[in-house]
Amino acid sequence: MYKILHKETLGDVTKLLVIAAPEVTRKAQAGQFVIVRIDEHGERIPLTIADYDREAGTITLIFQEVGKTTMHLGTLEPGDELATFTGPLGHPTEIEDYGTVIFVGGGVGIAPTYPIARALKEAGNTVISIIGARTHELLFWEDKMRAVSDELIVCTDDGSYGRKALVTEPLKELLEQRDGEIARVWAIGPAIMMKFCAKTTKPFGVKTIVSLNTIMIDGTGMCGGCRVQLTDGAKFVCVDGPEFDAHQVDWDLLMARQRFYLEEEKQAVEQWRHQCRLEVASG
Amino acid sequence: MAELTNRERLHIPRQAMPAQDPLARRANFDEVALGFTPELAQQEAERCLQCAKPHCVEGCPVEVLIPEFILALREGDIEGAVRAMKEKNNLPAICGRVCPQETQCEAVCVLAKKGEPVAIGRLERFVGDYELEHHVCPLERAAPTGKRVAVVGCGPAGLTCAADLGRLGHDVTIFESLHKPGGVLVYGIPEFRLPKSVVNGEIDYAAECLGIKVHPDAVIGRLYTIDELLNEQGFDAIFLGTGAGLPTFMRIPGINYNGVLSANEFLTRVNLMKGYLFPEYDTPVKVGKRVAVVGAGNVAMDSARCSLRLQALHAQETSEEMGEVHIVYRRSRVEVPARAEEVHHAEEEGVIFDFLTNPVEIYGDEHGNVCGIRCICMELGEPDESGRRRPIPIKGSEFDIDMDMVIMALGTRPNPLVFNEAGGLERTKWGTAVADQETGRTTKPQVWAGGDVVTGAATVISAMGAGKRAAADIDRFLRGEINPWAT
Repeated sequence: MYKILHKETLGDVTKLLVIAAPEVTRKAQAGQFVIVRIDEHGERIPLTIADYDREAGTITLIFQEVGKTTMHLGTLEPGDELATFTGPLGHPTEIEDYGTVIFVGGGVGIAPTYPIARALKEAGNTVISIIGARTHELLFWEDKMRAVSDELIVCTDDGSYGRKALVTEPLKELLEQRDGEIARVWAIGPAIMMKFCAKTTKPFGVKTIVSLNTIMIDGTGMCGGCRVQLTDGAKFVCVDGPEFDAHQVDWDLLMARQRFYLEEEKQAVEQWRHQCRLEVASG
Repeated sequence: MAELTNRERLHIPRQAMPAQDPLARRANFDEVALGFTPELAQQEAERCLQCAKPHCVEGCPVEVLIPEFILALREGDIEGAVRAMKEKNNLPAICGRVCPQETQCEAVCVLAKKGEPVAIGRLERFVGDYELEHHVCPLERAAPTGKRVAVVGCGPAGLTCAADLGRLGHDVTIFESLHKPGGVLVYGIPEFRLPKSVVNGEIDYAAECLGIKVHPDAVIGRLYTIDELLNEQGFDAIFLGTGAGLPTFMRIPGINYNGVLSANEFLTRVNLMKGYLFPEYDTPVKVGKRVAVVGAGNVAMDSARCSLRLQALHAQETSEEMGEVHIVYRRSRVEVPARAEEVHHAEEEGVIFDFLTNPVEIYGDEHGNVCGIRCICMELGEPDESGRRRPIPIKGSEFDIDMDMVIMALGTRPNPLVFNEAGGLERTKWGTAVADQETGRTTKPQVWAGGDVVTGAATVISAMGAGKRAAADIDRFLRGEINPWAT
């Protein structure tokens, strides 16, 4: 069992948990993920590592409550335990001094962006970060991202905070203004955002890396549920990724595959809400 | 009872295994074969001729003392039967259920020459189940040797190796990547063929008797590498029993449409994650109305029969009609590699077999969901290197069938993760570990391997046999009797 040591509410639906997992922490690196299962009835879900503290032996996870499992996870408190915490899984990000790099973190994707940006900053890169969300309420870690960036642009779709823009707008401007200067772009967030970031950078010929979050069970290459089509063949996100060359990804197929269990997810959420109401009613 | 003559024994018919009715059982996940009663077991045991040179023992990869345990049963000494069984087999309740007895011990039974062999598998299960319930013969541990062994993978090979090493007094830790021990016994083989209470019962009992520690959630190659286990964690020897867990997908168009799943994914959702109990359990599993399972091994039969059950449960809930489940296989009935009993049960339950048929394309609808497959008819040519007749496509014989789910059960390959940072551990071009068949020794000092990670996908019992042989060799090494890698 893996104990929750600390919890922060970063927004109405955005939560942070710090979990004691000393064995996983000794090997964890930026860009990797873990598989979490809450209890005996729980499903296994992949969550990208938002931070780790090797001395304390802890891993930080950030998630948005969008489905039954993440809603349930959001109700857990310090002292509660997770049944499964497997990792670190996937390949770590390749950390080198590339020169000037851009990070785009969208919504909950800001979380995995942070340790990668930090590692690249430490490796000597000039880091320009763009963080964005639908609305102000969904933004978090602006201060932490600022601390690891030479320049930080904040935007919201609805203009409730920072610049009113989709993240692709400042991305495009940066590429235009600094044509030839940008060595690499990382884009981590919802699939649709990553798809359009890929579209934005393609004409500039800048290598763009995305971190994919697909449906997954074991996280070790066993189920194949996470497979993604690249121009050079099908890959498994869990063992070949989670980072891939954005310009190679078949985005429409990826998004269709993410929707496969939509009906069941709705059913599970309804049942979870019903159960919560019963618990509230019975005091 | 007066002692029977051999002639009288030959007249006793092979006792049938009581089973759930096919139509009833396809709407539940309860065990299909119900097991012998003591009376049936006694009667079946009477059939054994107690050959002076028993071929059945040679036919068994772990050399179970078959005549001895059957004789004890015949004499009504069930505890004696348990003791004889556990001399060689630590997990009889599992083997009795999943071994392909018809190609092993029973194939060479002297009775099989003229009629039906002794039902050794059913008797083994009877003995195993009795022991699981009564614990009359706990595995005994020799005096501790102070040597530590890491067993990687908690499937049939790893469990057997761990239990044998535990019996010999070594301190064993099993590292398992999933959250439950058992490997393919829990993620792959369904409840109706091998109840999880049996698997857990056998593992817990053996682990408790022998002080074996099981570390779940441990992906070796990531959490620890082989080199770290040897150098930092201080293990004296390592046994790799990581199986063959990677799925194979056909290289045909449409393979990534929603509803095209590996058998691994489908079975893991159903078995390990208990998807058939969704939403009581959180992991969903889709029920196809028309399901094609490609392949005809045990994994294909399990996938087809799980699909049938999901369809039947769904039909009960919604009062809709049952769908169809097809096994699509490119060779003919004769070449089917699955265990005979599984094929028989699948047919009884209503699985449709499309022999000499091979998919060439998968069709999808506008939402990216699978909606059909194009197949081609095959004919059999000359035998290939596997000795089976090679299937050859018949030109112009393509046809289309509507399908909303396609499960790929085409065999599996070893997972390469465990080979991360394991310097000197060689692999074949098929990705299997290079290891000596008899001893399990790999090319890396202090590392042994056995089971599917060495042979590619095979059977539970052959993996157990490999685990057993490796345990014997590891023991000799730990006692300083041999050093196979000394230069």
